[in-house]
Amino acid sequence: MLTLAQEIAAAEVFAGLAPEYLDLITGCGQNVHFDAGVILQREGDPADVFYLIRRGSVALEVHHPGAEPIRILTEGPGEPVGWSWLFEPYRWHLDARTIQPCSLIALDGACLRGKCEQDPALGYELMRRFARCLVERLEATQFQLLDVYGNARVGV
Amino acid sequence: MLASASDTATASAGPLVPAPFRLLAKRRETADTWTLELEPRHGTPLEFAPGQFTMISRGGCGEVPISISGDPDEPERLVQTVRAVGLATSALCEAEPGEVLSVRGPFGTAWPLEEAEGADVVIVAGGIGLPPLRGAVLRMLAQRERYGRLVLLYGGRAPDQLLFGEQIQQWREQGLEVLITVDSAGPEWIGHVGVVTRLIGRAGLDASRVLAMTCGPEVMMRFVVATLADTGVQSDRIHVSIERNMQCGIGVCGHCQLGPVLVCRDGPVFRYSEVERWMRVREL
Ligand SMILES: Cc1cc2nc3c(=O)[nH]c(=O)nc-3n(C[C@H](O)[C@H](O)[C@H](O)COP(=O)(O)OP(=O)(O)OC[C@H]3O[C@@H](n4cnc5c(N)ncnc54)[C@H](O)[C@@H]3O)c2cc1C
Ligand code: FES
Repeated sequence: MLTLAQEIAAAEVFAGLAPEYLDLITGCGQNVHFDAGVILQREGDPADVFYLIRRGSVALEVHHPGAEPIRILTEGPGEPVGWSWLFEPYRWHLDARTIQPCSLIALDGACLRGKCEQDPALGYELMRRFARCLVERLEATQFQLLDVYGNARVGV
Repeated sequence: MLASASDTATASAGPLVPAPFRLLAKRRETADTWTLELEPRHGTPLEFAPGQFTMISRGGCGEVPISISGDPDEPERLVQTVRAVGLATSALCEAEPGEVLSVRGPFGTAWPLEEAEGADVVIVAGGIGLPPLRGAVLRMLAQRERYGRLVLLYGGRAPDQLLFGEQIQQWREQGLEVLITVDSAGPEWIGHVGVVTRLIGRAGLDASRVLAMTCGPEVMMRFVVATLADTGVQSDRIHVSIERNMQCGIGVCGHCQLGPVLVCRDGPVFRYSEVERWMRVREL
């Protein structure tokens, strides 16, 4: 079993960061455990915490009143959940729900934001890395919007 | 070495003459997709290589190319999985056991199962792109010792549109690693949600050992190829199955032309490096 620091250093989103930054991030993290089906954050909640998954998986869902939530993305081990902590207005855009019993690292985003203000080099590194997550999400959303499996013409 | 389309045509009368096949059974896979099991009314079983297709029709409703989704080691049954998207495919899906359908083929190139020996084989399928790969999966599982890791990454629109559910479970037990994702789902689905390309990163692949086969909507295959390339898989180790509108199925009419190749004769399975340039041309 990896330690908190090892787990953070091994995550793709933090890989290759300078040791002092990894220490700093580790200092903002704590292990948390949840049963399946727990809502970690709701759309509109202040994004002061984000997560790194150690075990289990977390779904991001769009909820709409009177209907079942729609699951649009799942994240698994080694993947971060949440980027809104780094971008204004610092609010969750989706609901995040555990879909299996989960071991997560909860990271204090508000505290890290403060550190980024003080140290622009750290801020740049984290912006760059989470912006990449955002670009990947954007590309995936475009792909999903094409509805390639449903819209036959796209396949021809 | 694969025989050419004209060598492998069903009827000794020639590749343009359809042979009658009786529908023995049909199984509903999803709301709009059926698997048909047929047998030749006359003559010998339809020997085929996984990846090949037939031109099949019911009555006067039009003849369409459909991949063979059956087991290549059981050629006495012609198995085809059809999604009803228009006149000809709907007519096929509505056929009832006992009816006689017209079949020409098999035609086209096959998945490179010999070249894949010793490699970690990664199969990336989307939607109705899984049936054309089913025969390849069955053959590789029957010869499991010849391959390294066998990994199936399968993406669909929603959980109720995934094909071959029970069979995929059996394949898992026979040594196929399977990751499935859907574009969106309700809370009852506890599997992956997201685009199929995300599974490539999660599969923990050693790019230097990978031989990839992909089939699905062309947009999906473009994303898949780009993601495999990002992870270090060479484009000559990626094989794609391409769809184009077809008429003759034997390289005569030119309907299925893609740059310098005819998909019915030179494909549908191509090494990606051979068609990369043409797949990027928007007008083709
Ligand atoms: C080599 C090859 C293998 C194929 N294997 C299979 C298979 O195993 N199972 C299967 O269900 N289909 C397969 N197809 C696709 C199938 O041939 C088409 O869906 C069929 O030709 C559509 O004919 P139609 O008369 O039913 O529809 P049409 O009336 O011609 O079209 C109806 C709708 O379907 C769309 N459409 C037409 N052709 C295609 C296509 N190729 N793919 C997706 N949508 C299309 C049209 O844009 C239109 O919106 C394959 C195609 C090729 C070239
Ligand atoms: S379908 Fe006629 S040449 Fe290919």
